[in-house]
Amino acid sequence: MNGIIAEFEEVSKLYGTFAALRKVSVRFERGRCYLVLGPNGAGKSTLLRTLAGLLKPSYGKVRVFGADANTGDAVNGAGQEPMEARERIGYMSHATMLYDEFSGVENLRYFASLYRGRDCVAPEEALRSVGLDPELGRPVGQYSQGMKQRASLARVLISRPELLLLDEPFSNMDIASAHQMLRLLETFRTEHRTILLTTHQRELAEPLADFVLTLEAGAVAGLVEGPYAKGGAAGLVAATAGSGR
Amino acid sequence: MRPAYFLTHLKKDLQLEWRSKDAINSMLFFALLVVVLFSLAFDPTRSVSRQIAGGILCVATMFAAVSALNQAWARELRNQVLDALRMTPAPGASLFLGKTLANFLFVTVVELVLAPVFVMFYNLHALGNGWLLLLVLPLGTWALIVNGVFFAALSIRTRNRELLLPLILFPIFIPALLGMVMSATAILTGEGDAVLWIKMLAAYDVIFTTVCMMLFEVILHAE
Repeated sequence: MNGIIAEFEEVSKLYGTFAALRKVSVRFERGRCYLVLGPNGAGKSTLLRTLAGLLKPSYGKVRVFGADANTGDAVNGAGQEPMEARERIGYMSHATMLYDEFSGVENLRYFASLYRGRDCVAPEEALRSVGLDPELGRPVGQYSQGMKQRASLARVLISRPELLLLDEPFSNMDIASAHQMLRLLETFRTEHRTILLTTHQRELAEPLADFVLTLEAGAVAGLVEGPYAKGGAAGLVAATAGSGR
Repeated sequence: MRPAYFLTHLKKDLQLEWRSKDAINSMLFFALLVVVLFSLAFDPTRSVSRQIAGGILCVATMFAAVSALNQAWARELRNQVLDALRMTPAPGASLFLGKTLANFLFVTVVELVLAPVFVMFYNLHALGNGWLLLLVLPLGTWALIVNGVFFAALSIRTRNRELLLPLILFPIFIPALLGMVMSATAILTGEGDAVLWIKMLAAYDVIFTTVCMMLFEVILHAE
């Protein structure tokens, strides 16, 4: 057992009368890779955004690194500094989360300077690790979709996050770039970082996954061990596969 | 709040504007148009000019600034950059202050270009202490921008934000607008106490800057 890094407890998220998440209860273990699957509108992005602290659950509790995901307040007096949990999360969305007018390295330098005093990866190194040339002076707005995705991942990497939330990271990528990203994610797993990954390209990401979490209409339809998972994970499946519709 | 974060945000906003010049160009042409049109429409004599010039300058700046303030957070909304900023350890107040100072500088540039045109078209010559205008304009501009940036952030998640911003901003800005117009008129005509209005403007700035900075974190993390 590696320890629980994040936990959903009976979490529901409502947008008006529409329930994007319905009583989701799930725990995520440190150092594991979770593949989150489900059709469009199943609640995959909402799950990730709630975990990142960008959305507040309508009901239930979300704990990340032992703290409330939204307030940063310690749970059970764990002495968590406010907002510290959010800083340890790297979130990659459908959008680039970068300024179109800046080049990749300019964007990353800006974000790195907002993590002042933290042990950040050098922006040039982060770009190289995703296969982008740091010398490329072109603004991000003029990048191809695949390059934008990689620049977006590089932004996530600069803060050395322990928990990576990746929403459709392979979309718009050619197969070579997708495999390069997969190799990079594999190195994160060996560094005992936790990865939550949503994708519609199941066959591409499945070899990486310790667990496959399936959402349907906002509820957990299943949490099973990944087909290529290494041993030692089965206990967690039994512990966390609960959800009420 | 660490000044380093604030300077990082300020530098970023200045760099973005330097490359696009979107805000300054739109404000400048709009404000110039208002000043010229008012001058042609009323054709004021020198004494009438002194009475109305303060008001026209303030209103021209206000409408021009709103066109830029509506776009103040546009770059952060595009590509969900604001979400990335929300996840960094940098305090929201530094983001707010950086954005406010950047917009203040943009409007100040517009005012600096506008001032000689204004003097020329309205044939102005201050009868009071003209140098006091160097206090009135920055204080009034800061009052407009600090509230404008705050309410622009408040309205970014609404559908009619271009309409909503002036509807919220202008009523809040009325005391500062009054202070600006009355002090400018007092300086230009040499009648009345401009210093009293300038003190009121300064107090307004301190109060609203403090309140906006305190509340911005809530606005930033609101859904």
